[in-house]
Amino acid sequence: MTSFLLSLTGGLLAALAAPWLTRRFPKRSGWLLALAPLGILVSLMNLLPALRNGESPSVSLAWAESLGLSATFQLDGLGALLAALVAGIGALVLIYGGAYLSGHPNLTRFYVVVLLFMTAMLGLAVSANALLLFIFWELTSITSFLLIGFEHERPAARAAAWQALLVTGGGGLALLAGFILLGNLTGSYEIPQWIAQKEVIAASPQSTAAFLLILAGAMTKSAQFPFHFWLPNAMEAPTPVSAYLHSATMVKAGVFLLARLLPALGGLPAWQGLIPWIGLATLLTGALLSLGQADLKKLLAYTTVASLGALVMLLGINTPLSVKAAMVFLPAHALYKGALFLVAGGVDHAVHTRDIRDLGGLGRAMPLTAAAAGLAALSMAGIPPFFGFIAKEVVYESALGAPALAAWVTALTILANIILAAAAGWVALAPFWEKARKDLHPHEGGAGLWLPPLILAALGLVSGLLPELAAKNWIAPAVSSVLGKPYEVKLSLWHGLNLPLLFSLITLLAAVLLYTLRVAARSADADAWQHLARFGPAAMYARGLKGLLSFAALQTRLLQSGYLRVYVLFITLFTVGMALPPALLSMRALPPAVWTGVRFYDVILVLIIVTAAFFVVRATSRLATIALLGAIGFSIAILFLLYSAPDLAMTQFAVETLTVILFVLVIYRLPKFSRLSSRPARLRDILIAGLGGLMMTLLMLVVSYHGQDSRLASFFMENSLPKAYGRNVVNVILVDFRGFDTLGEITVLAIAAVGVFALVRGAAKRKGERHE
Amino acid sequence: MTFLLALAAGALFAAGIYMILRRSLVKILVGLLLLGYAVNLLLFNSAVLVPGRPPLIPAGQTVPPEISADPLAQALILTAIVISFGVTAFVVVLIRQAYQVVGTDDLNEMRCTDIPCEDSELKDGKEGGA
Amino acid sequence: MNRKPEKLQRSLLLPVAARYLMPLLLIFSIFLLLRGHNEIGGGFIGGLVAASALMLYAIAVSPAALRSLLPFEPRSLVAVGLLTSLISGLIPLFAGRPFLTGLWLKTEIPVLGKIGTPLLFDLGVYLLVVGIVLWILLTLAED
Repeated sequence: MTSFLLSLTGGLLAALAAPWLTRRFPKRSGWLLALAPLGILVSLMNLLPALRNGESPSVSLAWAESLGLSATFQLDGLGALLAALVAGIGALVLIYGGAYLSGHPNLTRFYVVVLLFMTAMLGLAVSANALLLFIFWELTSITSFLLIGFEHERPAARAAAWQALLVTGGGGLALLAGFILLGNLTGSYEIPQWIAQKEVIAASPQSTAAFLLILAGAMTKSAQFPFHFWLPNAMEAPTPVSAYLHSATMVKAGVFLLARLLPALGGLPAWQGLIPWIGLATLLTGALLSLGQADLKKLLAYTTVASLGALVMLLGINTPLSVKAAMVFLPAHALYKGALFLVAGGVDHAVHTRDIRDLGGLGRAMPLTAAAAGLAALSMAGIPPFFGFIAKEVVYESALGAPALAAWVTALTILANIILAAAAGWVALAPFWEKARKDLHPHEGGAGLWLPPLILAALGLVSGLLPELAAKNWIAPAVSSVLGKPYEVKLSLWHGLNLPLLFSLITLLAAVLLYTLRVAARSADADAWQHLARFGPAAMYARGLKGLLSFAALQTRLLQSGYLRVYVLFITLFTVGMALPPALLSMRALPPAVWTGVRFYDVILVLIIVTAAFFVVRATSRLATIALLGAIGFSIAILFLLYSAPDLAMTQFAVETLTVILFVLVIYRLPKFSRLSSRPARLRDILIAGLGGLMMTLLMLVVSYHGQDSRLASFFMENSLPKAYGRNVVNVILVDFRGFDTLGEITVLAIAAVGVFALVRGAAKRKGERHE
Repeated sequence: MTFLLALAAGALFAAGIYMILRRSLVKILVGLLLLGYAVNLLLFNSAVLVPGRPPLIPAGQTVPPEISADPLAQALILTAIVISFGVTAFVVVLIRQAYQVVGTDDLNEMRCTDIPCEDSELKDGKEGGA
Repeated sequence: MNRKPEKLQRSLLLPVAARYLMPLLLIFSIFLLLRGHNEIGGGFIGGLVAASALMLYAIAVSPAALRSLLPFEPRSLVAVGLLTSLISGLIPLFAGRPFLTGLWLKTEIPVLGKIGTPLLFDLGVYLLVVGIVLWILLTLAED
């Protein structure tokens, strides 16, 4: 296992080497870089015997132990299946990408980000710690964002990248919240711990919330209805990226997550009650919307949405049979869909169009690409002896065993499959063997362009012919790890005459019929799809995003006016709104004002303060203002003196004196008092200021009524002499107990002095320069 | 007495908030000073008020007196007073400088930072001429 | 120079009073600083009193006269004060104690009483407060 983890760093090393390799071997860079994923694949193969025996090797690295976190990696059958697809298709995509983007100025960036993505995806496959898994999950979202926006000069690519990031990133946040809920519930973030504590999880009322949050994460990542819209838009990415991330691997992460957590959460009633319907809705949406697509890649994207829906549906049904079907369908789909995307890219590369209405007759000029297309399409259509046929048989078998409304589920699945089979023909047969509608000059590309899709498509045929090989090595360990117990998987082409075979036959016949009919239907339908799109979730997303932006603009205009008084206004109003009602309510509990102990000079001092405050507001002369402020300051100093704070009194006296000197020095340089506000504004401000003052008075009364906590005061009083050898406790606090605070405060004073000096001297200097 | 002090602080807060809501820079400075006084009173009032019992341990004794004012609140206020002097000085100079450069103390008119508006226009004109 | 101090210069009483008051107030401020640990006073108060005394002189006589009296720039006083406080905090580090721990000499020194790093810290505060007040006000007075 350690050697496998080490081999993962090969992906990162390759990413580091990519810039140099691309410069040194511009033609062969893809082939060379593909060695990294191939090495990972070999190292994975070495672990297969252990996995077949039901072992799941793991390595745990210390991470943040004080938080109870460790980076636990564990390889089981499920992880191995995903890792094999990621590494294997990764190698092919690097080769293909090198040829497809040959000469592109940003080829290096493609390599680097694809390799980073691959490493993150492999990390996701082997994470046994939920937080570790989350980090890899987010890394795949970010690399996906970078790759969708690969051609960032085009606004459409940028918009699609943002959309994908916002949708999957939002889901990622929900996922994290769900993980944290489960972590709190079980006291661990290790997924095996969650599985061991599934009864604890099932018994808690929080588990449904956690499940829904995690489901939201899986749904956005795997483009489930109603979040499916980002995936077709992600086709803005270069075709190798679409093949790799947005069909074969990354979008499978949501499916993988559900499979990973099925042992822990599968027992929740919401699992079987909700997930199958989400999957079925996605299956139908994807299949139906694919009918309106003329762009090869968009058409493939919608069929991918449909297939992802089927996978989610199968996991939601949650029977051993349906789990098996999911684990068969997952690699089958990755193989044929990856191949078809690469074929679409090859077509685009050769004739610079992907519009099905224009394509035709490419078969003669591009025989190898055509062969790959044909093989992949036959698998997609579910024709024996391809792997896709076996997958479809088990899917039908599972649909018949659905927990509720099995007949409906089966019927709708057949309907969707008819459309998907027809779409396979449309993607792979029409461009190559139908009559060309436009003058095209096709030519076969280099080996880098036709070999990868051919390998993928051929694997679909080999797996179909030798199903036991795939079943024993990959499918059985995966199913066993999802079910949590050894499970024997038998796959064969011939099951005898049964219901699924009949359904397959119906599917094929109907698909052929649909395929021939749609030639005429396609172009006529275009407008109808436009109308439909207006009510789809994509339109809602657009409206939501627009609404969010205009709300942000509105609140910025409202709150961020740039005028100090508006900020103060909002802060005061908000504080008053929050604090005044509770203060008023608690007033009833207060005793009536106590006048005992009030001396007449107290009253006089407070009267001076209140009166001066009143007149300072009305003052129009600068001198009067300074005098009134001084009156307030000196009155407060006397209050300090009367109430046992001689240090404060002295400080206040000294500062008042110095403040007066300060004002005397600058007063004639200050502007005169002018009344600028209008009368309504002044009345409004008087009201707000009055409320603010009232609130503060009430709060002070409430606080003093509830009594003060004197623990701190008595601590300082008792420890001042024995610990700090000082009798003036105030001074001891300043220079000893809280010396660090004082150090900070005198630093602030020094900065204020520097500021004053800089302002005066800086201005004088600038003035001098201006006069020169 | 708590009641009276709360009243005085409330009046200072009200006056301070009103002044800080003005458009004139000088009035905002006055508001700042008023709020400083108000906060000092608030802190002072948050401890028990006792007349004639400063937080000192009398000479020759080793234990503190049973009743005394709260030393912590006083320490807080003491630094607050000194710091507010520093801040006042800085704000005063800032206002003076702003007034000299911009030529107005109306916040609504202060739309340019650093360089006076007409100056920057002049500079542009000069560059255009040269 | 400002109009205000010029007007004041014509009064004979204030400059004379300031000349005699300033040294007295300075001594008083040092007294406040030194006894601050045990009685009313301390670095902040002492510093403010000293600064008031010096500024009284500057206003009564002239800022330039004060400048010529001072053997140093006010801003170097700020730096020295801040450094003194900082060093008083660093000393305990050499004794293996945390930053700013108060360290005291065992024996009492006549006049001054017990000597320790907090006293040094307070001295730094005193110097800094005198420094910033003089620096700010003299900058403004001379502008």
